Amino acid sequence: MPPVRIKDNWREQRMFVRRVWFVTTLMVVAAIAVVARLYYLQVVRQHYYEVLSVANGVRTIPIPAARGLIVDRDGEVMASNRPTFELELTPDEVPDLRGSLQRLAKLGLLHATQIPELIRSIKSHLSFDPVPIRLQLSGSEVARFAVRRFEFPGINISPQQSRWYPLNNLGVFVVGYVGPISPSELAHINQAAYAGTALIGKSGIEAQYEQVLHGTNGYRQVLVNALGREVRRPGVLARQLHEKPPVPGDDVILSLNLKIQRLAEKLLKGQDGAVVALNPWNGNVIALASSPTFNPNLFVRGISEKQYLALVNNPDMPLFDRALRAQLPIGSTIKPAIALGALTDGVLNPTKRIYAGSDWHLPGSDHMFHNYKHEVCGRLGLNMAIIMSCDVYFYQVAYKMGIERIGAWLPNFGFGRPTGIDLPGEQSGLAPTPAWMAKHYPHDYGWYPGDTVILGIGQGAFMATPVQLAHYTAILATRGLSFQPRVATALLNPITHKIHWKRPVLDGNLTMISRASWKVVIKAMHGVTTNPRGTAYWDMINATFPIAAKTGTAQLTREQANGDYNLKATPVKLRDDSWFITFAPLQKPRIAVAVLVEHAGAGARAAGPIAMKILNAYLLGPNGKLLPATPRARYSMPRSIEPRVDAGVDPTLTPTERAAKP
Amino acid sequence: MMRQAIATGSSARRTLSGTARVLLALKLDGPLTVGLALTAAYGLLILFSASGGDVRMLIGTVLRLAFGVVVMLALARLSPNLLRRASPWIYGAGILLLLAVAAVGHVHLGAKRWLDLGPVEFQPSELIKIAVPMMCAWYLHERALPPRWWDLAALGVIILVPVALVAKEPDLGTAALIAAAGAVVIFLSGLRARVLIALLLLAVAAFALGLRFLHGYQRARLLTFLNPQAHPLTTGYHIIQSQIAVGSGGMFGKGWMAGSQARLDFLPERTTDFIFAVVGEEFGLLGLAVLLLLYTFVIGRALYLAMHCPDTFSRLLGGALAVTFFIYVFINAGMVTGLVPVVGVPLPLVSYGGSSIVTELSGFGILMSLFSHRKLMG
Repeated sequence: MPPVRIKDNWREQRMFVRRVWFVTTLMVVAAIAVVARLYYLQVVRQHYYEVLSVANGVRTIPIPAARGLIVDRDGEVMASNRPTFELELTPDEVPDLRGSLQRLAKLGLLHATQIPELIRSIKSHLSFDPVPIRLQLSGSEVARFAVRRFEFPGINISPQQSRWYPLNNLGVFVVGYVGPISPSELAHINQAAYAGTALIGKSGIEAQYEQVLHGTNGYRQVLVNALGREVRRPGVLARQLHEKPPVPGDDVILSLNLKIQRLAEKLLKGQDGAVVALNPWNGNVIALASSPTFNPNLFVRGISEKQYLALVNNPDMPLFDRALRAQLPIGSTIKPAIALGALTDGVLNPTKRIYAGSDWHLPGSDHMFHNYKHEVCGRLGLNMAIIMSCDVYFYQVAYKMGIERIGAWLPNFGFGRPTGIDLPGEQSGLAPTPAWMAKHYPHDYGWYPGDTVILGIGQGAFMATPVQLAHYTAILATRGLSFQPRVATALLNPITHKIHWKRPVLDGNLTMISRASWKVVIKAMHGVTTNPRGTAYWDMINATFPIAAKTGTAQLTREQANGDYNLKATPVKLRDDSWFITFAPLQKPRIAVAVLVEHAGAGARAAGPIAMKILNAYLLGPNGKLLPATPRARYSMPRSIEPRVDAGVDPTLTPTERAAKP
Repeated sequence: MMRQAIATGSSARRTLSGTARVLLALKLDGPLTVGLALTAAYGLLILFSASGGDVRMLIGTVLRLAFGVVVMLALARLSPNLLRRASPWIYGAGILLLLAVAAVGHVHLGAKRWLDLGPVEFQPSELIKIAVPMMCAWYLHERALPPRWWDLAALGVIILVPVALVAKEPDLGTAALIAAAGAVVIFLSGLRARVLIALLLLAVAAFALGLRFLHGYQRARLLTFLNPQAHPLTTGYHIIQSQIAVGSGGMFGKGWMAGSQARLDFLPERTTDFIFAVVGEEFGLLGLAVLLLLYTFVIGRALYLAMHCPDTFSRLLGGALAVTFFIYVFINAGMVTGLVPVVGVPLPLVSYGGSSIVTELSGFGILMSLFSHRKLMG
C-alpha cells in the first residue's frame, strides 16, 4: 500500500525553485550556444558572409574599354571605332509585343518571318532586361525608326562600339582585323578582361598587339534585388557600389607610309604578288602589300558564310598573306648572297674571268645545267655575271663553295628563319642543308652535288618569303646590318598622349664580309641597272638616282629549269615567278624593296617596273628631284589622331538636341 | 520572506512613486512591464526597417500591441482563482475551436489553421498555447507533487489531444511548442529523474516514428537543416540567406535600414519568422546582444515572479509561460542562425502579424495576475 501523500506546499515550492534553477541552467547553456553561434557567424566568418551578401545584391556590369587606334606613320587612321546601332526591346515596357514587332516589320526594320522566333527569344529573357532584336542598323534605318519612336514604347536604339577600317582593303595584311571571339580563343584569354567585349584581334597588328589595343575594361556596379531587377534608387545601399572607368587601349603607330602602301597595292592590282619595302637602317616597314586583298570590315560582325566561301574558294587566295607566308624559290635574287659568301670564304676571285657558255655540266657527270633561255654569257668575271645574271657562272661558284658553306651563309642573310617581323603567321622559308635533306627525304638518295649547283641560282629546295627577301635586300643596303623588320614603331597612350617609341632591333652584323667584297657586289648590283646588258637596265633607264638591284626569275617546272621555255605556251599557274630586289640611293640607301609577281615571267618584266615606281614615289619630291635625306630615326607626333567616337551620343538626336543635352 | 514583505507591504507602499502606484493599481509588475515595453519598442524599430519603411505594417503592429496590452491589463486584473477555475473551460473551448478548424477552417498556404470570424481571422492554436499549460497546472494544483504515473497519463492526454489536432492542420512547429509548454509544466511539477529519462527516451522513439509520417516538405526541412547547401535555391534558401544576413552584419551591423539582404528581398520572411536576421544584419552582434539581453531580462523577471507565487497552479503556470517564452526565442534564433531546423516560430514581440503578440502579452498578463494577487491567497 503506497504511503498517503499529503500536499505539502512549502516542500513543493522548494522543489519548484530547484527545478527552475535547473531549467535556468539549461536555458543559459542554450543561450550560450546561440551567442557562440552568433559570434561564429558575425565575427569569425563575417568576411565570408560579407562577400556572399555583396555577391547577392551587387551585379557588376563591365564597361568595355575603347580599343586603341591603328594609325600610319603620319597619323592617318587605319583602324578605328565607330558606333553601330541596334534595336533593344525591354519586354516589361512594351504594352503590345506582337503588335509592336509587326509595326517594326511594316517599317522595314524586321522581317515578318522573324517575329515568332523573336517573340520566343524575348519571352525567354528576364522581363526587365533589354533584348537586342535587330543588330547593325544602317543610318537610314536609324532615321526611319527615330521619327516614329513615340509609337514604340520599350524599344530603344542602343549604341555599341564596333571596329571600323576606314581605308577598307588598304594595308589589310598589316592592320589585320578583329572578329567575334571564337570558342578556342575563349579558352586562352582572361575572360574577365573580355567581359563586355565581343571582338578580338584575329590577324595582323590587331592580333599581334591585342593586349595593347584592348585596353582594360572598367565596370559599374548596380544593385539588384532577389529577382535580379535593378534597384534604381539604392539609397544608403549605394555605398557598397563601386565603379571603375575603363582604360582605353593604346594606339599603335605604324611605320607604314600610306602613300607607298597605296601605290604598291595599286601596282599589284589584278596580279598575285607582294611588295615589301623596308627602311634598311631600322627595319621599319614602309609598305607591305599582298595581292589580291580583302575588306577587313567584312569580318568585324562575323562574315556571312557566302562571303567567306567566296573568299576561301577564290583561286587567287585573297585571304593569303603572300608577303609573310608565300614560300617560293627566289631565283637569281640570291646571287649577291652567294657571291658575298664565296668572296668572304675565298673560293671566288672576283676579277678572274671565266668562260660561261649556254650550259655547264658537273665534273664527272653528264647532267647539264642550262643558262636562262640557253643564253651564252661569254667570258666574264663576277661583275658581269651579276649584271647579266649568268646562271652558268653561278653554277660553278655554288659548286666550288659546296653545300656546307652555302648552308652556313644563307642564315646570315636571314634565310631559313623568320625575320621576326611583328606580325603573326610569318613563315620561315627554307634554306636546305644535307642534314635537312636527310631528315625530310630519308628514303631519297640524299644530297646530290646537283642540288648544290641549282642552289647557286636560287632554285631547288630553297624557298623564301617576300618579307625575307626585303630583309635580305636591307642587309645588302646597309652592307651587313640586319634589323628586324617591324610594322609598329610606337604606342601612343590616348590619355597622357605620351608616345612610347620602340627601339629598332639589330639582330646581326655581317662584319666578316670585307668592304672590298661589298664594293664588288654592290657595284655589280648597280651595274644591273646601268649596264646596257644589265637585267634591270630598261626598268631603271629613267632613274635620276643611283640604284642597286637584282632580278629573279624563279622557275617552277623542270622544263623551265632546263630552259625549254615558252611563256605564252605555259599555263599561267606554271609560269615563272617574277622577283625583283632593289635599294636606293646606292651609297646611302633609304629604302630596300622586294617585289614578287607570281607567274609573270622574268623578274625584269613584271616586278622591276613596280619596284622602280616605288623607289621614285618614295625618294623623289614633287619636283622630280631626290628628296633631302632625313636624319635616321626622326619621329614626329602623328599629325592628327581622330577623336574617338563617343558611344554615348544618341544618333537619333539632331545636333541641336545633342548640344542641349548635358 | 522579508524581501517580499518590504516589496509589497503596506509600510513600503507609501514611499513608492506615482508610476509604481499606477502599476500596482493595475496589478502590473513594474520591471516586467518595462522589459516588455522596451522589447516591443525595439521590435517596432526593427520591423519598420525590415518592412522597408512600411508605415501601414507598423501601424498594424502598434494596434495589435495595443490590443495585446488591453488583454494583458484585463488578465492582470483577474484573480488567479478565477483563472484557475476557468482553465478547464478555456481548454475545452480551445479543443472545440480546433475541431471547428478541422471541420470548417480556412485554408491558407496549404494549411488549415484559421477560423474566419468575419472581419478577423483567428488561430485557435494560439489560444491553446496558453490553454494547455493552464489545464496542466489546474490538473496538478490539487494533487500532491511530484505527479504519479496515472497523473502523467492524464496529463499526456490533456497535452496530446490538442497537439494532435494542431499537428493535423498541419502546423508542426506550433504543435511542438504546445507539447513543450505542457512538458515544461510536468517537468516543473517535480518529475523524478528516472521518469524524466524514460519519457525522454519515449519522446525520441516517438520522434523517430513520427519522422515516417511527416509531410514531404516537413521532412525536407529537417534534411535541409542537416545540409542546407544541397539545395541552395529551394529548401536551403531560407537558411543560407538568413545566415548570410546575420554573418554579413558583423559586430556592429550595416546600419538601420541599410541591410542589403533584407532590403533587396534576399532574406525571405524578413518581417515575420526571419526578422531576427534583420536585427543581426543591420545592428550586428551588438544589436542582437541588446535584444537577447532584453529577452533575458524579461524571462528572468518572469521566472522570478513565478518562483514567488504562493500556490501550485500559479507557480507551474507562471514557470511554464516563462520557459515557453524562452523556447520561442531560442527556437527562432536557432532557426535563423542554423542551429535548429526551420520551423515556423515567430520571434516573440518582434515578428509581424498573426495573433502571437496578443498571445504573448496575454501570457504575461496572466503571470502578473498570478504574482500581484498572491497575498490575497493565503
